[in-house]
Amino acid sequence: MTAPTTSAPTADDDPDLPRPKDSADPTDPFDKDVLPTPPGATASLLRSLLTPLKARVALTTLLLLLQQAAVQAGPLLVAYAIDNAVPAFRNHDHGPLIAVAVGYLLCALVSGGLQYAFVLASVRVSQDVLLDLRGRIFRHAQALSIDFHERYTSGRLISRSTTDVESLRELLNEGLQELVTVVLSFVYISAMLLWLDPGLGAVAVASFVPLYLLVRLYQRRAVRVYRVRSTAIAAVIVKFVETMNGIRPVRAFRREAVNDTEFRELNRRHERVNGDALLEMARYVVGSRLVANTAVALIVLWGAYRVASDSLELGVLAAAVLYLRRLYDPIDRLGMFLNAYQSAAASLEKIAGLLAQTPSVPEPSTPVELPALEGDHPGREVVFDGVRFGYRTGGEVLPRFDLTLPAGQTVAVVGTTGAGKSTLAKLLARFYDPTDGRVLLDGVDLRELAVPELRRGVVMVTQEAFLFSGTVAENIAIGRPDATREEIERAAKAIGAHEFISALPDGYDMDVRKRGGRISAGQRQLVAFARALLADPAVLILDEATSSLDVPGERAVQRAMSTVLRGRTAVVIAHRLSTVEIADRVLVMEHGRIVEDGSPAELVAGTGRFADLHRAWRDSLA
Amino acid sequence: MPTTRATTKDRSAVRTLLRLWPYVRPVRTRLFTAAFVAVVASCVGLVIPLVLKWMVDGPVADRDPAGVWLGALYLLLLGIAEALLFGLRRWLVARPLSHVEAEMRADLYRHLQRLPVAFHDRWASGQLLSRGTTDLMLLRQFLAFPLTFLLVNGVTILVGVTIMLLQDWTLGLVILIPAVPVMITCVIFEKRYAHVARLAQDQVGDLTTVVEESVLGIRIIKGFGRHRSQARAFRNLSQTLRGTELRKAGLLATIWSVIVTLPEVAIGAALVLGTVQVADGDLSAGTLVAFLSTALALRWPVDSIGFLLAMSQEAATATERYFEVMDEPPEAARGAGNCATSPHAPAPDNEGLQFQNVHFRYPDAPKDSPPVLNGIDLHIRPGESMALVGATGSGKTTLTALVPRLHELTSGRITLDGEDITAMPREQLRSKVAVAFEEPTLFSASVGENVLMGADDTAGAADLDRALSVAQAEFAHALPSGTDTQVGEQGLSLSGGQRQRLALARAVVGRPHFLVLDDPLSALDVHTEAAVEAALRDVLADTTALIVAHRPSTVLLADRVALLSGGRITAVGTHHELLRTNAEYAHLMSGTGEAEDDR
Repeated sequence: MTAPTTSAPTADDDPDLPRPKDSADPTDPFDKDVLPTPPGATASLLRSLLTPLKARVALTTLLLLLQQAAVQAGPLLVAYAIDNAVPAFRNHDHGPLIAVAVGYLLCALVSGGLQYAFVLASVRVSQDVLLDLRGRIFRHAQALSIDFHERYTSGRLISRSTTDVESLRELLNEGLQELVTVVLSFVYISAMLLWLDPGLGAVAVASFVPLYLLVRLYQRRAVRVYRVRSTAIAAVIVKFVETMNGIRPVRAFRREAVNDTEFRELNRRHERVNGDALLEMARYVVGSRLVANTAVALIVLWGAYRVASDSLELGVLAAAVLYLRRLYDPIDRLGMFLNAYQSAAASLEKIAGLLAQTPSVPEPSTPVELPALEGDHPGREVVFDGVRFGYRTGGEVLPRFDLTLPAGQTVAVVGTTGAGKSTLAKLLARFYDPTDGRVLLDGVDLRELAVPELRRGVVMVTQEAFLFSGTVAENIAIGRPDATREEIERAAKAIGAHEFISALPDGYDMDVRKRGGRISAGQRQLVAFARALLADPAVLILDEATSSLDVPGERAVQRAMSTVLRGRTAVVIAHRLSTVEIADRVLVMEHGRIVEDGSPAELVAGTGRFADLHRAWRDSLA
Repeated sequence: MPTTRATTKDRSAVRTLLRLWPYVRPVRTRLFTAAFVAVVASCVGLVIPLVLKWMVDGPVADRDPAGVWLGALYLLLLGIAEALLFGLRRWLVARPLSHVEAEMRADLYRHLQRLPVAFHDRWASGQLLSRGTTDLMLLRQFLAFPLTFLLVNGVTILVGVTIMLLQDWTLGLVILIPAVPVMITCVIFEKRYAHVARLAQDQVGDLTTVVEESVLGIRIIKGFGRHRSQARAFRNLSQTLRGTELRKAGLLATIWSVIVTLPEVAIGAALVLGTVQVADGDLSAGTLVAFLSTALALRWPVDSIGFLLAMSQEAATATERYFEVMDEPPEAARGAGNCATSPHAPAPDNEGLQFQNVHFRYPDAPKDSPPVLNGIDLHIRPGESMALVGATGSGKTTLTALVPRLHELTSGRITLDGEDITAMPREQLRSKVAVAFEEPTLFSASVGENVLMGADDTAGAADLDRALSVAQAEFAHALPSGTDTQVGEQGLSLSGGQRQRLALARAVVGRPHFLVLDDPLSALDVHTEAAVEAALRDVLADTTALIVAHRPSTVLLADRVALLSGGRITAVGTHHELLRTNAEYAHLMSGTGEAEDDR
């Protein structure tokens, strides 16, 4: 990120999450949706997509070559018929005419058959490229770290993998075929014309020079327009997604009209550049047609002159004229190709920019495995070894500290909003890497663990309990995809979620539809817990994970922690001191530092902050 | 989401596409002019071979240099005319068609914003998004090319065939022979293609949904290290889509090969026949050249019919998908059926917020399922604040959503100061009732704008400051640009507690008469919660409020408590009363009691 720092982190209130994003800085590439694309990245992306399909691209091209050969043979047969078959027929020699008939029939059948084969082959190539590209974007986006996602916005990522991929699809589906057809027919027809008559052919070939210049000019102008267009549609999508996901507050706060106006503005911006793009195309079409039609007139003039002066056969002129019409036929289609190409290039550039982002929390190249668990303890020891954490933009969130959590210990972390509790949890879950120092799990640096191993070790349940489309059972199974129905139900029972799930219309098989609109926040948190239970990690982190639960729900979770989760290392971040009661140890954090550390009984008996908090909480129970 | 997928009805593509007319209407003049220009341009293209014929048969045969010059000049002029006409056509439609696309998108967005919340619960937003983007782009392309060119190429073919028939009617008839089989193939193809095209578009929508969810749920996926299985699920879906696209390609390849082969065979036959006629002297060489030149000029119009039809078919299914959403009725302006507003003047006993025998069942719930709310009777007196307590999933949130009419009652009524909520316009209702949701959503706007959304336009900096201080959200002033700091999807991400406080500030900024708070303090720590409570008490003193609460501390904000259980209000009283007299309440508040008795 090259964005200069213009803002200090707001450490006084909440250094936990307010990520200084320099959103006030108009040059931030994230804000303007212009991530830097390394030079040549677009081309090398396209290359890397096509390389594995080299053989099939070659086959597809060959099919098209043959098909074009069959198609282009037509005028040749016409010339042959007029110049040879007519006189021969007059001399009662039917041979040439039969040859023409058979030849034409063959050409028709072959070109039809090849057309069929070509369409299939080319769509297969393009679909494979798209499959590959979609997968790459998806996997890469998933591999990028949380802080990237917090900056890039979901709408843009969606735009990259939908509309931007779509424009590549158009290029591959229609554009590539256009290009090959156009180039081939240029080559074929030029060759034919040169062969029929070198003079006429030379004039035709000479006309390519102004056409080429025209194409270059168009390309230069179009690339700018399409770049703007890709950004514009992404902005539309961002707004669309945000509105649909927040439809309840939109309604309740009567945002409809304001949103309409804002959306209209974004939409209009897209409309304008879209129109600009189409107008560029119109200019190209006029220019190229003018060049082509002038060339036709010149060639015919010269050809006719030569026929008139007997230096050219009439049949040759006829064939040449037929070819000429065909020579310039595809220039519109060349325009369409260029159009598709520019649009795809702009999109690919954006995609390449996304793919060039390196995960700030990379997976290890040579992963280490965790040592085997000792005895029957499922927990592992956690050590923060000289850890310090600050945001890239400066501003220290957690000053250097050391902390050891013995295997099997349940540790509660309390403190005001923004004391650094969540950051501590995120370091332990490896959502972030520490700026200095190491986080060790049974002596192994988290950075050396492959993802599956890491998640067998550490799982974090957060406050936001998002549900994915699918059934309730599938949502729980995210904890362990190979879990059986019995295991899923056991996890749900242990956490106290079984009751409400079985009361749902389809029980565990109920489709949660969109983001679980009908499942209450508390119930969603229970599902999230069941997920964590199923994952069966050595270290469990609960980050305000019980905030929406009622007291009985919280009790059920606590019971589960003291039975099912017994022996695991647990880090519990909670505002509710009721959760703290089950902890073996309490850490009180303030301004990124651990200010108190001891057993709940010790701290309550003391005179520190925890004792105050505890008293306040007791009072609230009254 | 198979639930969102309508069965492809056997509706003709043409009739579906006709539904686009209201959007096309405003630009009809330009569109029709453009189509006309395109027809003229194509006809100019067809005249060129005639000039060639005239040259070959006339000046060239007669060795007349002046005639050759004249012919070449005609060619040049026609060529220039053709080029300019083609350009004119594109220039005419470029802006209008982008405009049609944008209008349709704006309408979709507008309509979606006004569809009932229940609709949004049912539809994955990826499916909605794919309708607003890829489908509309398809429609624009359809209006730009297939629509015009089906017309242009149709006319071109007609004129071309007429020219050929005039030149030599036997040869012309030969050329026409394949027309019938080609048409039959097209009709069969159209049906099958429509089905597969629809399938592919729906699958694109599903794919969009997976992408969206994987981005929105990224913390869970990462927290459980599931990005590989997520990628696998995505891969499976995109492979399914690839399969469908290949089926589409198969159909396209078939029709295309038929359309290429049959006319070519006819041209071959015409060539042979023509050659015989020229040899017999029945036909001039120039006529044959012109005839074949015309026939070959028709190749592209004929060939193109295959993919033009395919594109039209896709446009038809895209239209269908678009109108599937547009046909959903928006929230009715007034209440459904409940318009029998009580004529009584607001008497003291029905002031405040009153629920009378309120029943609610989600409209898409199975008919035999028990209603979520089954006869709620509750009266919150003016200025009173009522806590709503109930077990997880008992319908508390649903009940709060009924007040601003995010959902419509199944039966019964809710009155604000005696006035039935279904009798007043939603705008007015929602300006009277302020809500803070369980899930505090901030929009992409500045902190100040987000908070001031809750007030009318007259609210200023003073109101903002007051609301922020009530919600203990003064942290906003310390953000990089103070209350002008951008938040939401495209801005600074705030912690759950911060968002919740801003949402609370938004609810109180407009000094509403009625306040509905859904567990407003769940993400706050004990200290902040205590401070917010202290400040809220002042606000609540003269506000009629309904507060969903999970904790004793929140309950204590309210004057009285209502217990929601089994879809009814089973007890109303003060916290301490209920704690003593109601076992269920005691259990919910302290986790003791009932649960212990069970064992």
